[in-house]
Amino acid sequence: MDQNQRFRSLFVWGGGALLLMALPLVFSQNTHLSVLSRMGIAVVFALSYNMLFGQGGMLSFGHAAFSGLGAYLTIHALVLMNKGTLAFPVTLLPLVGGLAGMLFSVPFGYVATKRSGTPFAMITLGIGELVAAAVLMLPGFFGGEAGITGNRVTGVTWLGIDYGSQLQMYYLVAGWAFASTAAMYAFTRTPLGLLSNAVRDNSERAEFVAYNPKQVRFLVMVIAGFFAGVSGALATLTYEIVNAESVGLQSSGNVLLMAFIGGIGQFFGPILGAILLTLLQSVLSLFTPAWLLYIGLLFLAMMLFAPGGLSSIIVAHGPAWRAGLMLRLVPSYLAAVAAGAVLLAGTVSLVEMCYFLSDTGRPASLSLAGIVVDPRRPGPWITGGAVLLAGFVLVHFAAGMVSAQWQRLRKDLNARGPLRRDARLAQAVPPVAEVQGTTT
Amino acid sequence: MEFFIISMLNGISFGLLLFMLSSGLTLIFGMMGVLNFAHASFYMLGAYFAYSMGKVTGFWGALLLAPIALGAIGAVVERYGLRAVHKFGHVAELLFTFGLAHLIDEAVHLVWGRSALEYRVPPELDTTLFTLFSTSYPTYRGFMMLVAIVMLVSIFLILTRTRIGLIIQAALTHPEMVQSLGHDVPRLFMLVFAGGAALAGLAGVIGGNAFVTDPGMAASVGSIVFVVVVIGGLGSLMGAFIASLALGLMQTFSVALDYSMLNVLQHFGVVLSSASPLFGVAKLTIAQMAPSLPFVLLIVMLVIRPKGLMGTREN
Amino acid sequence: MSTVPALELEKLRKNFGKTQIIRGVDLKIERGERHAIIGPNGAGKSTLFHLISGRIPLTEGQVRLNGETITGLPSYEIARRGLSRSFQITNVFPKLSVIQNLRCALLWAHGYGYSFWHRLSALKRVNERAEDVMTQIRLETRRDALANVLSYAELRALEIGITIAAEPQVIMLDEPTAGMSHSETEDAVELIRRVSEGRTLVMVEHDMGVVFGLADHISVLVYGEVIASDEPAAIRGNRAVQEAYLGTEYA
Repeated sequence: MDQNQRFRSLFVWGGGALLLMALPLVFSQNTHLSVLSRMGIAVVFALSYNMLFGQGGMLSFGHAAFSGLGAYLTIHALVLMNKGTLAFPVTLLPLVGGLAGMLFSVPFGYVATKRSGTPFAMITLGIGELVAAAVLMLPGFFGGEAGITGNRVTGVTWLGIDYGSQLQMYYLVAGWAFASTAAMYAFTRTPLGLLSNAVRDNSERAEFVAYNPKQVRFLVMVIAGFFAGVSGALATLTYEIVNAESVGLQSSGNVLLMAFIGGIGQFFGPILGAILLTLLQSVLSLFTPAWLLYIGLLFLAMMLFAPGGLSSIIVAHGPAWRAGLMLRLVPSYLAAVAAGAVLLAGTVSLVEMCYFLSDTGRPASLSLAGIVVDPRRPGPWITGGAVLLAGFVLVHFAAGMVSAQWQRLRKDLNARGPLRRDARLAQAVPPVAEVQGTTT
Repeated sequence: MEFFIISMLNGISFGLLLFMLSSGLTLIFGMMGVLNFAHASFYMLGAYFAYSMGKVTGFWGALLLAPIALGAIGAVVERYGLRAVHKFGHVAELLFTFGLAHLIDEAVHLVWGRSALEYRVPPELDTTLFTLFSTSYPTYRGFMMLVAIVMLVSIFLILTRTRIGLIIQAALTHPEMVQSLGHDVPRLFMLVFAGGAALAGLAGVIGGNAFVTDPGMAASVGSIVFVVVVIGGLGSLMGAFIASLALGLMQTFSVALDYSMLNVLQHFGVVLSSASPLFGVAKLTIAQMAPSLPFVLLIVMLVIRPKGLMGTREN
Repeated sequence: MSTVPALELEKLRKNFGKTQIIRGVDLKIERGERHAIIGPNGAGKSTLFHLISGRIPLTEGQVRLNGETITGLPSYEIARRGLSRSFQITNVFPKLSVIQNLRCALLWAHGYGYSFWHRLSALKRVNERAEDVMTQIRLETRRDALANVLSYAELRALEIGITIAAEPQVIMLDEPTAGMSHSETEDAVELIRRVSEGRTLVMVEHDMGVVFGLADHISVLVYGEVIASDEPAAIRGNRAVQEAYLGTEYA
């Protein structure tokens, strides 16, 4: 690594650590800290998922099995600690979660990695369903529908740290999230990390360079299971309860959305996705019952127009940024944002009106961004529909503007000659194009 | 005896319903290589549409119109959604249908709310077909079986006796070849996808009022349909038929069987105390394990023989 | 001669359903030999490569590598025993850079296995060798370029690079100069000559200039059978070979 790269990486990681430490100064309220903790947990979970998906080419529908089972074993440990039967520092409980996750990712991973591609995805779906069903079938161990609760304030208190407050809990999550992120990043820089990419790209060729693809996939799944377990343990400590939702398919689907929307082709993609989706889930759900629908629409829109996710969009701007030509894109981007806002307004108004009508316990009237609207009359519907249509038309034009501007930009960039680093970014092949199964 | 016959009939009617769903899914998968996650959502939409349409046209009108509506939706989804994602590969298509299923679920919440709907069996059919000993067998179940059988026989005839059916059969295993022979395969895909959706919708119309009509119905039926398709064989209609009946019977019977490992052990004179760690697992009856059995079968089949019982395509 | 042949094929047969593609091939390739396999299209040359390297299972027969039977072993086991092959249709790791591609080819041979506790950047011998190979295949300027932006000739070069990187005992090249221009071919031949020094080379080729320039032993495969296996001069003059493949120009 040359001096420049060393400095940059110190800046990124050091800056990240400082940011994590300083955040509570800005967001000091407990509700805020709670959301930040959720984000940290989601980041670890999403990164562990991307070890499988983006880096390893393995689409899994059952990842919550590992985080959830890790969570269950952690709460059992916590309960033992509460009873005094077990003495163990709470600070290290996420390690227990990780080991628990690994305990399950070894046998499950062994079975699942016997296949690849779509059969692999279906096996993970089966495993996820199975674990979800088992949790309800064995109430003795899993506490049935109500779940199991515990108290994270337990055992010996060191230097006043008992994790009773949200603030202390946040720092625990932040610390473990940072450490896990660093570890997972380091993994991408190891032989196994590189080979997992190779197996994703071309498992046949990986065989011919003497590697057994099944073995590679299995090991990656075991390690991903560890980190999933860590995220499960962090959730256990944050919420102090574990129930069937922790292993549910909803959770598995959620992490898939996070990784995908954030972008599976870059390491930091799932971090973005985790943060964004946690925000949407926490904040949006306060304003509208339709937030899940919006997330679903976002996912599909990403699939169709930007399958590389947010991170790929950011990275695609790299060459323009380095050449100092970003300003050129501003006019068309502003137009696109304006057009998008119109489209969004139309969509939101129609969706909210629908929800309003279907909601049995509804209040007297609906207020859209301050405007009181009566969905029972045709007027608002016609307006909403018109705005939606206008939105589509405007977005169509704006998209044309953006792509024309990009064409001019690319011509100029090419005229300047390809920079050594741009060659790496020139090709924007959507990551999912390569995520295919083979016979190995 | 009575239990056995009634359960048989229930199992078969459920199995036929499953086949209505899995046949569409198998056709779609066989031809396009897409495992349509949203298939069960089409089923759900069929039930919901039937409920709403039924208020205007009555049950029989809905029986005709709802599948047509679903077919139209299927065509649109294929043409503007799936086709766009096709170039990114099979896994991308799988993801797309996954997102679509999620979206349809939410859209249903949006329009019809979150609680179960009172989608009732029409009064003409809400009678007893026959009474066996003390249990009466509802006419509606018989009606379901009738519709399912008529539907499936029609499909069979279409596939084997018409020109388009032959092309579809060929495209099931060799889509590229069929395209090279000059047939408009993309249009064929759209037709098959729409047909599959319509079939799922029809299953929803007749299944929704016999079972439950609520936003969770897609998830509960969806998993089993996947298991059926995978076990029966990806791409094989006959396999899907056998697997549908098998799973329908298995689910129906297992829910009623109250035997557990504990009973088996007791038979051999072994008594497990409640303090033993295995007690929790051993005292599980088959009935309690019923929801998980299909998934065990799924995993076993995928590991041993991903082609399924009679499948032609592995991926 | 008491030395064990590097590669020995015994009564090799491969059927796809009822179609016989390889109909009983017996071949001995001695250590250090540069052996070319030629023949008309459809003769089964690539299939033969697939059988030897473990990519497809054979119907009948045995394959021995340095005396050890490798029939039925998975490809990675065969690769671990010192056999490396290239592909006719370029088969690299598209989303990895050139240098990463080469590293992949080296990690097993240098004993790193499935390690996740070593830092790639700290593996001196691996990195040095990767840079060395990269220079040999003349892709130094494309070090960090992703494989999926490389030109065709660059891909063919990378393909060869991956195959030879770990210094395998037996190198199998499947039409290495396919689609190359004249000067590119010359460079490739030079490279192949250099890296096969002291190793066993088995090559499928259509370019007769390359074949007769490089090989010290040629086998001719026609319809799944070896109709001749001899020194180049003898092959040139072989009537059956001329009829089946060469034509009378080269006589």
